[in-house]
Amino acid sequence: MTAPSTGRSVTRLVVVTAGLSQPSSTRLLADRLSSAVESVLAERGQPVAVEVVELREYARDLTNHLLTGFPTGALGSVIEHVATADALVVVTPIFSASYSGLFKTFFDVLPMDSLVGKPTIIAATAGTARHSLALEHALRPLFAYLRAVVVPTAVFAAAEDWASEGALTERVRRAATELADLLHRAPVGTTADTPGRAGDTAEVVAGVESVEHVADFADLLAGRVTPGRRS
Amino acid sequence: MQFGIFSVGDVTTDPTTGRTPSEAERIRAMVTIAKKAEEVGLDVFATGEHHNPPFVPSSPTTMLGYIAAQTEKIILSTSTTLITTNDPVKIAEDFAMLQHLAQGRVDLMMGRGNTGPVYPWFGQDIRHGVALAIENYHLLHRLWREDVVDWEGQFRTPLQGFTSTPRPLDGVPPFVWHGSIRTPEIAEQAAYYGDGFFANHIFWPTQHFQRLVNLYRTRFEHYGHGTADQAVVGLGGQVFLAHSSQDAVRQFRPYFDNAPVYGHGPSLEEFMRETPLTVGSPQEVIERTLTFRESFGDYQRQLFLADHAGLPLKTVLEQLDLLGEHVIPVLRREFDALRPAHVPDGPTHEALVASAIGTAGAGLLDAAGSATR
Repeated sequence: MTAPSTGRSVTRLVVVTAGLSQPSSTRLLADRLSSAVESVLAERGQPVAVEVVELREYARDLTNHLLTGFPTGALGSVIEHVATADALVVVTPIFSASYSGLFKTFFDVLPMDSLVGKPTIIAATAGTARHSLALEHALRPLFAYLRAVVVPTAVFAAAEDWASEGALTERVRRAATELADLLHRAPVGTTADTPGRAGDTAEVVAGVESVEHVADFADLLAGRVTPGRRS
Repeated sequence: MQFGIFSVGDVTTDPTTGRTPSEAERIRAMVTIAKKAEEVGLDVFATGEHHNPPFVPSSPTTMLGYIAAQTEKIILSTSTTLITTNDPVKIAEDFAMLQHLAQGRVDLMMGRGNTGPVYPWFGQDIRHGVALAIENYHLLHRLWREDVVDWEGQFRTPLQGFTSTPRPLDGVPPFVWHGSIRTPEIAEQAAYYGDGFFANHIFWPTQHFQRLVNLYRTRFEHYGHGTADQAVVGLGGQVFLAHSSQDAVRQFRPYFDNAPVYGHGPSLEEFMRETPLTVGSPQEVIERTLTFRESFGDYQRQLFLADHAGLPLKTVLEQLDLLGEHVIPVLRREFDALRPAHVPDGPTHEALVASAIGTAGAGLLDAAGSATR
């Protein structure tokens, strides 16, 4: 994508989808959302680069990560891309009244603070609209815990929504507009008061606590500073 | 360069036979393994410290004292000694006593312990883990260097006019390593005191540990203990050998696949690619281990994990034979030839005594009359 005359840098949108089948309605919803974000931002002269992460491709690496504590294969760079994205679209199928296990596992293995302050659209698919509030009682609390900034409109698509395009399209467009507004207001990486946050690529890659901001030992010894959070 | 083995001391079922050793068998096996390590020419045996099943070594100085009485050359160490939940006064006493009995063949590695429930069993709280490691070690450091200590801290009762006995052998405390898997404050701590830093360097990618070692080296120089390449670095490693790589993989795979730490996850091949684990012929182990120097610089101590995942004693002893005969002599020659003259060799009591005399002697030569300690 070429940078326009406004000179703005490209917004990096990462789409995380936990759909399992091929083709997948979850992926379909993810694509609708990313296209909408692209077009809203394009209207505002903001170029976007979209990257889609199909969690299915990393299912084994995710299990390995749970068991070993480090990312195997390409999972490390996927985590890095998500942690350094300007905005996220996350989409899961609803299984047993909540996000799928695969979806949750990905967010379980992200290094601490990876999503802090990150503008995010949450979305889900299911066979029936009776699952729609899972977005509000499962996904929204999860991303609140991770301190992502989730847009007010969560987008749910049940089987019948794919037959009556109007309402879904409107919700998709509204969520995309809300995300664009968030990006316009507070681009990731420009707020000054969130140290150790997403974007600290080196920290994310190695899985060690940041070594760049270690307190001087004399201060640690004198109790003048508190050791950082450690797991 | 020093080579050795470090044991976690786990009691694990042998997945190929379904047999689980008793605690008695495992404890005896650790002693046998330590004695074998000396026999095959290794320099160091280190034991972990754990206070929960399925681990047996809750009392390292008892075990190491027993081993010291049956060995002559090997350095006895720990991997790690819990600086958080042990009273530093008792660590000072226990390891000074061991140092006397072993005639100086003792050093130890400080660690925090990552098992939350263990802390309250000893009256502590894991949320204070780093603060405990900092305060307790500072007290331990003083107890070995000052004959009479007044102390007040956050975590233990104050001391007034306390003398830890016995005093360290020849007035030289045991060498201390600080072990860490992920905590930069511990690398900073090791650098501050000019102590050694040990990266356990198993189960995780090498890159992960490089950052901690680099931090330690940089800060070692910052605190004026020497140049960064003179900092004292120890590394772990995990190997399984057979005369051919095919045999090694075939023999080790069932243990790998069922190991409590990483079993049922990545394949053996993935784990070998992504972590320091090497399963193969002696030549492959030699080549892989030599790459550690490229990643971390010249270092002083290499410890291998050899007895875990339910490997039976017989197999572990065979591993030590292969290491001693085919691997260590080559690595020792190669590493020692590559290490520049200004970079120190692995720490020994004799070297520390010589260094202390040198410092005192230099002080006398300065005619100031006050040899510094």
